[in-house]
Amino acid sequence: MIRIPCPFCGERDHSEFAYGKDASVQYPPLDAPLEDWHEAVFLRDNIRGVQLETWQHLHGCRQWLVVERDTATHHIHSVRAAHPGVAAVLAGAGNDAGSGK
Amino acid sequence: MTRYSAWSIFKNGLAGQRNWRRAWRDAEPRAHYDIIIVGAGLHGLATAYYLAANHGAANIAVLEKGWLGGGNAGRNTTIVRSNYMMPGNRPFYEHSLKLWENLSHELNYNVMFSQRAHITLLHTPAARDAAARRYNTMRLTGSDGELWDLDALKRAVPHLNYDNARFPIIGAAVQRRAGTARHDAVAWGYARAADQLGVDIIQNCEVTGITRDANRVSAVQTSRGPIRIGNAGKVGLAVAGNTSRLWAMAGLGKLPVETHLLQAFVTEPLKPLLDQVVVFGVGGAHFYISQSDKGGMVFGGDLDWYKSYAQRGNLPAVQDVAECATSILPCLGRVRLLRHWGGVMDMTMDGSPFICKTPLANLYLNAGWNYGGFKASPASGWYFADLMANDRPAPVIADFDLGRFRHGVNIDERGAGPDPKLHG
Ligand SMILES: Cc1cc2nc3c(=O)[nH]c(=O)nc-3n(C[C@H](O)[C@H](O)[C@H](O)COP(=O)(O)OP(=O)(O)OC[C@H]3O[C@@H](n4cnc5c(N)ncnc54)[C@H](O)[C@@H]3O)c2cc1C
Ligand SMILES: [Zn+2]
Repeated sequence: MIRIPCPFCGERDHSEFAYGKDASVQYPPLDAPLEDWHEAVFLRDNIRGVQLETWQHLHGCRQWLVVERDTATHHIHSVRAAHPGVAAVLAGAGNDAGSGK
Repeated sequence: MTRYSAWSIFKNGLAGQRNWRRAWRDAEPRAHYDIIIVGAGLHGLATAYYLAANHGAANIAVLEKGWLGGGNAGRNTTIVRSNYMMPGNRPFYEHSLKLWENLSHELNYNVMFSQRAHITLLHTPAARDAAARRYNTMRLTGSDGELWDLDALKRAVPHLNYDNARFPIIGAAVQRRAGTARHDAVAWGYARAADQLGVDIIQNCEVTGITRDANRVSAVQTSRGPIRIGNAGKVGLAVAGNTSRLWAMAGLGKLPVETHLLQAFVTEPLKPLLDQVVVFGVGGAHFYISQSDKGGMVFGGDLDWYKSYAQRGNLPAVQDVAECATSILPCLGRVRLLRHWGGVMDMTMDGSPFICKTPLANLYLNAGWNYGGFKASPASGWYFADLMANDRPAPVIADFDLGRFRHGVNIDERGAGPDPKLHG
C-alpha cells in the first residue's frame, strides 16, 4: 500500500485516493496550433523516477492533490493541494490568495 | 540441433534422458551486427525468428537485460483470442490467431495452445446488443463467434453464480477458437527456433544508450560493451513497459504511452473445474479466469490504476480481484492463493499498438501492447519483421503508426478516450 500524506486529512492509504494523471501536462490556449494540442492530449514523458501527478482524495476530503512520486519505488517526495489558491492558503501566504476574488 | 518428435523422446528415454542438448546457445555479444532487436520478450523473439525464417535475414542479435521471457512474456494470463472489432485490429488479431493454430508445428515446440473457447458473460440487453454487433463483425470478416443464451451457457459452465441478484447473467458471447497457451513455452519455442536459424540471443545485456549518427542509429551501448551496426544495419525496439526509456535514449522525446502495472494470480492446483476462459465485466468489475494444465486457477483483473515501473503490485487490486472471483465463481471461496505477481506494460492513448517506423531512418518501433500483447505475439513478430526487412508497413498495420492521433485515426476498442489507464 502506498501511503499518501494528504495536506488536509493526514497520511492515508492510497486506496482512499483516485489517481488522476500526469500533472506536468499543461493544456494550451483553445486557439493554439494543432501540434500543441496533440502534444498535450496524447504525448507523455512517462518518467521512470520522480514525476508530478494528480490524485483526488476521493474517499476523504475530495480535494485534488499534486503528488511528487517515484514511479519505480513509490516513494512520495511531496504533496500539495492542486488548486494554487488553496495551496497558497495552506502555505500561509495570505488570506486573499484562495478566496477566488 | 535435435528435432523434437515422439521418436526423439523414445530414443532418449532408452538412454535415460541424459543426451538432450541445450535448446539454444548462450551467445556472447559480438562487436557488430546487421540487425539488433532490443528485448527478448515474445515480440522481440518472434521478430528475430520471422526475420530469419520469412526474410532470410542474417547476423541478428536479440539483446535482453534480464533473462529471455522474464518480462511480461512470462507474467501474463495467457489468453489468446481475436474478438477485436475495429478496422486495423480485426485483420491483425485474426492473422495472429491463425498463426497460433499452427505455431507448435511451425516452431517444432509444443506451446500447448488450447482452443478451449473464450466466454464473455453478458449481464444486460445493451451488452448483448454490443456483443451481437462485435461477434457478427467477426463472422463477416473470416472469424468465428457465437451468442449463447442462458441455457447453453449453463450446460457449458454449470457452476457460475446464476443467482446473482445484482448482476444476473443473461447469456454469453463466445469465441470457440480462442483459448490459452503456455506462455513460457512460446518464448522458449521462438528462442530455440530463432537460435537454430543463427540468431544470437544475448541475455544479461541491458541497452544503456543509443548512439546516433545524425538521423541514424550507429551503435547501442550495453552493459556488456558497445555493439555497432553496419551502414545498412537496423535496430528494432520491443521492450514493452520500458519503451519510453529507450525512446529517450534515442533522443526522441515523448510518446503516446504510459507505463502501468497489472497483476496476475494463481491458486493452488484443483481438479478439473473450468474448461474455458471466462470473462466477467460489468459495472466496475473486470475479471478473467482459466484453469492451467497443472490445475491452478489463473486470473487477473484491472490495472493497479496508477503509473508504475515497479514489477510488483499492491493490495487493493488483490481485494478487487478476489471479490470478482467469489462473486462469479463462489465455489472458489475457500481456495488458497498460491502466488501473485506484476508486470509493467506500455499502455497507449487508444489501447492499440504501434508497429512502425520512427523519426530515425534505421530505428523501428514495436510497442503499446497494453495488456493484450500475448495473443498478438505471432502476428506482431510477423509484421514487425516484414516492416524491418522491407522498410514499409504492410497494409494491415498501416494505422499502427505514431502519427495516427494527429490524423484522428484512434483505434479505440473500448471507446475510453486518451487516458492510457482506461484501456485494457
Ligand atoms: C499480468 C499480465 C497479464 C496479461 N495477460 C494477458 C493475456 O491474458 N492475454 C494477452 O494477450 N496479453 C496479456 N498480457 C500482455 C502481454 O503479456 C504483453 O503485452 C506482452 O507480453 C508484451 O510483449 P513482450 O512479450 O515482448 O514483452 P516483455 O516480455 O516484457 O519483453 C520486453 C523485454 O525487454 C527487456 N528490456 C527492457 N528494457 C531493456 C533494455 N534497456 N535493454 C535490454 N532489454 C530490455 C525486458 O527485460 C523484457 O524481457 C498480460 C500482461 C500482464 C503483465
Ligand atoms: Zn484529504
